[in-house]
Amino acid sequence: MNNSGEIWVIGEQRSGRLEEVSLELLSKGAVLSQRMGVTLASVLLGDEVDEAARELVFHGAEKVYLLEDARLRYYQSEAYARLLAGVIKEHEPQIVLIGATEIGKELAPKVAAKLRTGLTAHCIDLYVGEVDAAPQLIHVVPGWGGNLVMHIICPQRRPQMVAVKPGVLPRAVRDKNKVGKVIKVKPDVRDEDFRRIDTVEVVEEPPQGKSLESADVVVCGGWGMNAMGDFSRVQELADILGGVAAGTRPAMDKGWVDEAQLIGQSGKTVSPGLFIGLGVSGAMHYTAGFMGSKVVLAVDRNPQAPIFQMADIGIVGDLREVLPCLIEELEKDRTPRRF
Amino acid sequence: MGLEILVCIKQVPHPDHFSEIRLDAGSGRIIREGIPAIINPLDRNALEEGLRVKERFSGRVTVISMGPPQAQKALEEALVMGGDRGVLLCDMAFGGADTLATANTLFYAIRKLGKFDLIYCGNETVDSGTAQVGPQLAELLDIPQVSGVWEVAFGDEKTLEVKRALEHGYMKVRLKLPALLCVTRDINKPRLPSVQSIMEVAQKEMIIWKAKDIGAPPESIGLEGSPTCAAGVYEHKAGRRREIMQGSIEEKVHRAVARLKELGAI
Repeated sequence: MNNSGEIWVIGEQRSGRLEEVSLELLSKGAVLSQRMGVTLASVLLGDEVDEAARELVFHGAEKVYLLEDARLRYYQSEAYARLLAGVIKEHEPQIVLIGATEIGKELAPKVAAKLRTGLTAHCIDLYVGEVDAAPQLIHVVPGWGGNLVMHIICPQRRPQMVAVKPGVLPRAVRDKNKVGKVIKVKPDVRDEDFRRIDTVEVVEEPPQGKSLESADVVVCGGWGMNAMGDFSRVQELADILGGVAAGTRPAMDKGWVDEAQLIGQSGKTVSPGLFIGLGVSGAMHYTAGFMGSKVVLAVDRNPQAPIFQMADIGIVGDLREVLPCLIEELEKDRTPRRF
Repeated sequence: MGLEILVCIKQVPHPDHFSEIRLDAGSGRIIREGIPAIINPLDRNALEEGLRVKERFSGRVTVISMGPPQAQKALEEALVMGGDRGVLLCDMAFGGADTLATANTLFYAIRKLGKFDLIYCGNETVDSGTAQVGPQLAELLDIPQVSGVWEVAFGDEKTLEVKRALEHGYMKVRLKLPALLCVTRDINKPRLPSVQSIMEVAQKEMIIWKAKDIGAPPESIGLEGSPTCAAGVYEHKAGRRREIMQGSIEEKVHRAVARLKELGAI
């Protein structure tokens, strides 16, 4: 850790619109840059995306390195990885933060491998701490067996790269009075970047119905739902509360929810006003997916389940009894008053 | 002729036992004793895809894994599914590897095995789930790679067009072999082993290599070759209220709902 070398946030845009996670990373980037006394910068690749570059500035980037070219309109595997690694080598940032989107999850390891440097996945928090009396950037990642987290460091190689899933960090505040420098870098795009691999089409399919990420209430079933035998009452409870039903991995393996409703390390991260965990044991792999929720209600038959350490309100009991009772209790409130 | 196909697999703890897993406090490594192990689910999809391509164009399917001695079980299972030969990279020197050191280990082994037209990986594992080793391995091999692949169409033996998942929609990517594909569960339904294949396994080749066999320099593998390392395991302070409701089921539920209202959650 030192006071030379910028902190970079990789901006990701699709059709000129920034991905939310880029703005989320800027909030953490700002905290770190202030703590370390270094510049927070962003880098953006695309075609005619200067408006998105300005948004990065409004959200806290003091500098934006902008690489524009008609052939960079969409994510292009080899071109993006090569150009990004090149601009990193040239400017030597010490920390590079990247969003673990479907594209970021492919791009980040490619760039890290080109630079032969470290890349931490699934980071849930980042701060400057001390390890063996030396200041280090601590990458906090989910551990195992309950409420354990692991600290990862990247002591030698630079830049250290860290991937964070969408929805984990709060979004940076937008302030259109913020000023920053947009530095246009002429990208050296070559024909051979597209010879072996070429993105030929991008098909965007807007999601149907309510999205998990924007739901105020998420009702999530886990392994303990096995005892219920089916998942219909999870949906019922979600409907009563105007929320969305979801599941952890065991629920997906059972075929009760599809990938779009999966919560946890291999799925989505949500932070609703109310999260209800039904038979979600509390393995950190799953709980990392809803740690940011405002209020957590947990139901599980095992009083020792780690989930109760991560809940505001806990009900110990058999789901076959608790769930119908909970639905009935909430139904009462919903019954329209007659005059 | 035919295609040389490589499938990378990992033996992982069974997801049903995740909440029983403990970590070694110092190294942060998983304590595997007593936890049943399986082939990482998406790696079965990767193997199935490799087998189908072989059936279509002819060729050979090699299955490779880095892991402890018991990972040989996972490779044997892959051979029962139809793989032609197994390669286990097993050495204490490989231990403590992060994703880059793992990719390096696979890279040196692949260099020794020879040229491959197609390499398949599962998009991510159920345990660490970084989805990083595939893209990193492709970079080291200097071949094109796509993650999140759920559909593959062959133009001819040397050209592919794949669909890869986006958050909302997909991307169509054209690529030339040799290439590395990281596949998702939607790509196929892995086959069950036939009785015939179980009987044939004994005749199949199982290679076991140590670090010196693949000529991997110590500074590029294992703990030493890992840019990142664990700096300890800690309890996560969730900062939650942790109020456990008391009484009969009805009372617990009634009290929970009342508290949710007080907190403004409903």
